[in-house]
Amino acid sequence: MKVRSPLEVYKFLPQTNCGECGFDTCMSFAAHIIDRSVKPENCPPLIRDAEKDAKIKKKLEQLQALTSPEIAEVVIGVGDSAVKIGGEDVIHRHEMTYFNPTAFFYDVWDTMSEKDLEEKCRKVVEFRKFYVGKFLTLDGIAVRCTSNNPDTYKSVVEKVASYGKPMVLVALNPDCMRAALESVADKRPLIYAATESNWKEFLKLALEFNVPVAIRAKDLDTLKSLAVTFKEAGVKDIVLDPVTEPLGEGLKGTFERVVNLRRTAILGEDKDIAFPIMVTPISAWLIEGDEVEKAYWETVLGSMFIVKYADIMIFRSLEPYSVIPTVTLRFNIYTDPRTPVQVDPGLREINNPTPDSPVFITTNFALTYYTVESDLTSAGISCYLLVLNTEGLGVEVSVAGGQFTAGKVKELMEETKIAEKVNHKYLVIPGLAARLQGAIEDETGWTVKVGPMDSGRIKGWLETNWPPK
Amino acid sequence: MGKMSLEEFFQLLKKYDIDVLEGVTIEGDLEIEVEETAAADQSSLAYLYTVVQEVQKFLYYANLAMGHLTNVSSLLGMPNPFAPQVQVPQVPQVPQAVQPEAVVEEKFKIPEKLVSAKFEPYKVEYPGKINEVVLGATKKDGGTRDKVVVLGGEKSLPFYLFDADQPNLPAIAIDIFDRKPMLAKAVREHYEDVLEDPADWARKAVKEYGADLITLHLISTDPLLEDTPASEAVKVLEDVLQAVKCPIIVGGSGNKEKDPEVLEKAAEVAEGERIMLASATLDMDWERIANAAKNHGHVVLSWTQMDINSQKTLNRYLLKRAGVSPNDIVMDPTTAALGYGIDYAFTNMERIRISGLKGDSDLAFPISSGTTNAWGAREAWMKDSPIEEDSDWGPRELRGPIWEIVTGLTLSLAGVDLFMMMHPGAVAVLKEVMYTLGGKISGSVADPGDWIVMEG
Repeated sequence: MKVRSPLEVYKFLPQTNCGECGFDTCMSFAAHIIDRSVKPENCPPLIRDAEKDAKIKKKLEQLQALTSPEIAEVVIGVGDSAVKIGGEDVIHRHEMTYFNPTAFFYDVWDTMSEKDLEEKCRKVVEFRKFYVGKFLTLDGIAVRCTSNNPDTYKSVVEKVASYGKPMVLVALNPDCMRAALESVADKRPLIYAATESNWKEFLKLALEFNVPVAIRAKDLDTLKSLAVTFKEAGVKDIVLDPVTEPLGEGLKGTFERVVNLRRTAILGEDKDIAFPIMVTPISAWLIEGDEVEKAYWETVLGSMFIVKYADIMIFRSLEPYSVIPTVTLRFNIYTDPRTPVQVDPGLREINNPTPDSPVFITTNFALTYYTVESDLTSAGISCYLLVLNTEGLGVEVSVAGGQFTAGKVKELMEETKIAEKVNHKYLVIPGLAARLQGAIEDETGWTVKVGPMDSGRIKGWLETNWPPK
Repeated sequence: MGKMSLEEFFQLLKKYDIDVLEGVTIEGDLEIEVEETAAADQSSLAYLYTVVQEVQKFLYYANLAMGHLTNVSSLLGMPNPFAPQVQVPQVPQVPQAVQPEAVVEEKFKIPEKLVSAKFEPYKVEYPGKINEVVLGATKKDGGTRDKVVVLGGEKSLPFYLFDADQPNLPAIAIDIFDRKPMLAKAVREHYEDVLEDPADWARKAVKEYGADLITLHLISTDPLLEDTPASEAVKVLEDVLQAVKCPIIVGGSGNKEKDPEVLEKAAEVAEGERIMLASATLDMDWERIANAAKNHGHVVLSWTQMDINSQKTLNRYLLKRAGVSPNDIVMDPTTAALGYGIDYAFTNMERIRISGLKGDSDLAFPISSGTTNAWGAREAWMKDSPIEEDSDWGPRELRGPIWEIVTGLTLSLAGVDLFMMMHPGAVAVLKEVMYTLGGKISGSVADPGDWIVMEG
């Protein structure tokens, strides 16, 4: 986005405060354009007038150009499962935020046994890991053509399509790609990849079937030549693959290419390469070693390029030790640093507590809160949970930093009237807040029990500690 | 394949669901001539198209002939088994895929050649440089270390060798303790035999697990634990200095009252060895620790809780009030584990590093990370997910080390110069990653495109 202040956007708006956009003022609408929650097209009068008046149309186009993301946004897939990639505006997340998390695709191939194919597709679709109040999931399936047979490829792609996930079609042979597209082009797969040797056919396919296309070249002059050629021929949805080399100097070179592409697109304002970047951690499977070594190295490559600019990746390993770290890192790196992850303080009632139920306390840091809350809920523990406003800090940090104090605990207990809801005076504090035990007892007059270090162990802890003797 | 018998052709048609000719046999030497150029065109559809055209011609004449035959046979009162079936097959279905090529070309204007373009990478140069800090002292400098470790010296973001040389790649220290700590099983099993003896522990960490440095945590000094007196605790430091010849980092128990005393004593007994005192913090008597470092020629670790301004403040205190030299300070802006606030840690460190590179002399110090914190994450040590709806978490023996690797790797990209770690596998992998990006590991795979077609 070329503009950073709502004032610069405001100049282009009707300035009538009509409210049709859903915001009270044009200034407020402008602020939301800056934080990218709305687009200029969401201003109805602007769109209406642009249809009638060429001058206003020009103004709208100018505004769109000024407020479009630095890196083009590309959509893969259709409907609810469609995934957006690119659309990034900054080099470092603290400058604003990163917008569209790296999309994760997992590979299958067309000479795989039917059983293995089904199993892997099902695993991709079903994967979920609870984290900060929601489930982390995987985005799609990359179907590789290893048969080099259009019919075989087509039929496997059709099978994979039935799982409803976005797809990357991986086949360098244009005939195989065409056969697959004749069946699934309406699912908007990303086709991979146009290279120096097949680009004409792939350009045709991208235009004819109107699907996003990945272009692949290790040499960045060639990559840019491909990008310009495709762009000039009318392809809008381009993904750049600067070729992932998994080892040694090759990997060092890959890192350099990826960083240079993103930096030149944003800081160098080179619009010709301002497209999402693909990295293929699956390349780790070309190294020597056993399955664990390869999967580990795949996770290393994935992690490295989640931090540094990859918008879409193709992985192989679905082993939990590979997937859980990368999905977690992706979530973390793409968390908006402008809004701290916290929840409302107060009292929560979990699993219909009675006056005999225990009372726990935790912080309002989203991660802590959701971890504790989900542990209690899923373990079937009936209890009260006090949520202390620690300004979004975790237990350890807030105890050290003075956001978690006996005085504040007392205030929270009074505000929530917890004493009226239970027939005892026992408060369970987190193991990491053990040092506040005495102070909270002095302040509140309740008996404070120190719970386990990890809320996952509350269940076992209650067995020996509740009801208190 | 230049010729195709009709038999073969009918098989082909069957494949395309054209079965109206089934049962028809035409005897004789009827063959369809197909031009070599068409067959050589790798596209089987193009080939088929040519074949179909030829057959169309044949059928046209066959039809005429059949017409005659039918007329003759009906005249003779003979049944005619195939008169109604012999029709030109529905050929348009087959060549459909081939025919639009010309149309596409016309409609979309496919250029003859690639547009020639040159990629000009955008260059970034920073005015500042991260201070170089030497840990350890060899004989020549009055110590007994075999080698020293140099941290810092960067003029660009980490591993951006295309911007500037990175004279010193990050180093890895392995944590050891003066009493058995609580350790995740996956970590503990590698140290089971040395947990009782810090000197053996240090030896193992260096010789077997490749530690560049050792961090000795004197946790038994904690008044809530053994409350070991400082003068006694530092005997372990002397043992460790004897046992290994790499640079040493010494930490206290984290007790704010006791640590300054413990670190003062450590500074005394390690005189000349240029150890690092871990740590000075804002909420303790940082001045005592700074003076201990200054008076005995050591380095001080400036530790703050994930806040760039606090980090700047403490560094200024150490520099300006305590008079510590800029080459004797390393910072620890706090490490949060993957999934447990690594986003804060990463961005805090990245901002600190960029500020240092931009010329903020209060932040231009090497960064240290307590990467072992990764083991606090439940994903690193817990056997299964406590959440029922979660997919299977798999074996924790493999999950744990990678949690430490990914935590370290992520922060290495923010600018960490010194990692304090524990799992030997994690140490090895992170070192390999950093040496690779740092240009110290050669090699590559034969063809990085092979994954596209690999089977199995």
